[in-house]
Amino acid sequence: MNVVIVGCGRVGGFLAGLLDTEGHHVSVVDIASTSPARAERAWFQHLPSTFKGETILGDGTDLEILRQAGVEKADALLALTEGDNRNLMAAQIAQKIFGVRRVVAKVNDPVRAQIYRRQGIDTFSRTTILGTLLFAMLMEDREVGEVLIKKSLEHEKELAHEPAPAG
Amino acid sequence: MYFIVAGAGEVGFHLAQALLEAGHEVTVIEADRRRASFVQEKLGSIVLNEAADEGRAQMEAGCSRADALVAVTGDDAKNLVICQLAKHHCHTPRVIARVNNPKNEIVFKTLGIDETISSTRVLMSVIEQELPTGGFLPLMPLTGSQLELIEAEIAPGTPAAGRTVGGLKLPSGAVVGGLVRRGKVVHPHDETKLEVGDRVIVFAPTATEGEVRKALFG
Repeated sequence: MNVVIVGCGRVGGFLAGLLDTEGHHVSVVDIASTSPARAERAWFQHLPSTFKGETILGDGTDLEILRQAGVEKADALLALTEGDNRNLMAAQIAQKIFGVRRVVAKVNDPVRAQIYRRQGIDTFSRTTILGTLLFAMLMEDREVGEVLIKKSLEHEKELAHEPAPAG
Repeated sequence: MYFIVAGAGEVGFHLAQALLEAGHEVTVIEADRRRASFVQEKLGSIVLNEAADEGRAQMEAGCSRADALVAVTGDDAKNLVICQLAKHHCHTPRVIARVNNPKNEIVFKTLGIDETISSTRVLMSVIEQELPTGGFLPLMPLTGSQLELIEAEIAPGTPAAGRTVGGLKLPSGAVVGGLVRRGKVVHPHDETKLEVGDRVIVFAPTATEGEVRKALFG
């Protein structure tokens, strides 16, 4: 699969690594912030050192940047920046302008997540997913999170053995 | 009429003030507490100190009875979502978005927000109107369409001079809607021959502005 990931925070970097390891072609876009504090840091610090895909520095809601990231040939785009609105804009551009078949936007506001899902944009809200999981754990409802937690623990184990990225 | 102004920066503040002066009812939604209290001090209790991109804040502002919502923050993605929420969640009959990056006008239209205002484009059209650009003046975009109103003065030695209206190589979708000859309005027909000094009014899809220019001036 060709996958574009917009936003390379912890989640974006982690997912890009997973997909890359599985042999998918991944392009990661992260915004070129103008703040000096950020500029000194490695832009893609959350990517594993083994990552073989592309990294593009730019605004993931900009058509030209998305084109550079290969959105025209992408099978999926995941918008995972810290901004709900930016994620919704990038996902809609991918779906409605570039015709990407599978788009997912991280939308932490559950109300917005639901409204856009009804408009045909796949959204997930960390708020409700994490909240539901934690609630189930507290209530000792093992069924809700069993598979999810087992898989996450496996990934964590793999990540712990990964050498720290250079720089 | 009742208007909701989302975002109380310079644009939002002065827009709200102008709407109030024109006798309209206005609610301003502004997330920044200090900015919100500044506006409240100047314009009265018309401010909602909430984030306008939250559906709840829009409901509280009465988005379902508003005649229009105008999103004028400095963040294009936010303006897009504010307008889409109002349109889909509140069914506000008219939503208008400010776009800061003029390239986003076409993006917003594709994503269902037809009315956009780009200050860059407004400034460009003002500048172009004041410059002697061979008499080619993009007058204004037509609200709610992707059309543009263009005025052009036929200059000597151009492809249009001496040609009939029907013979102009205008792009598809563009029509000559009017003709001013020696200060008088003439209804143009396909056979009307254009003379130097005629001023033609052309309706054209915004994207074809360059082609219209080429058809008239070469």
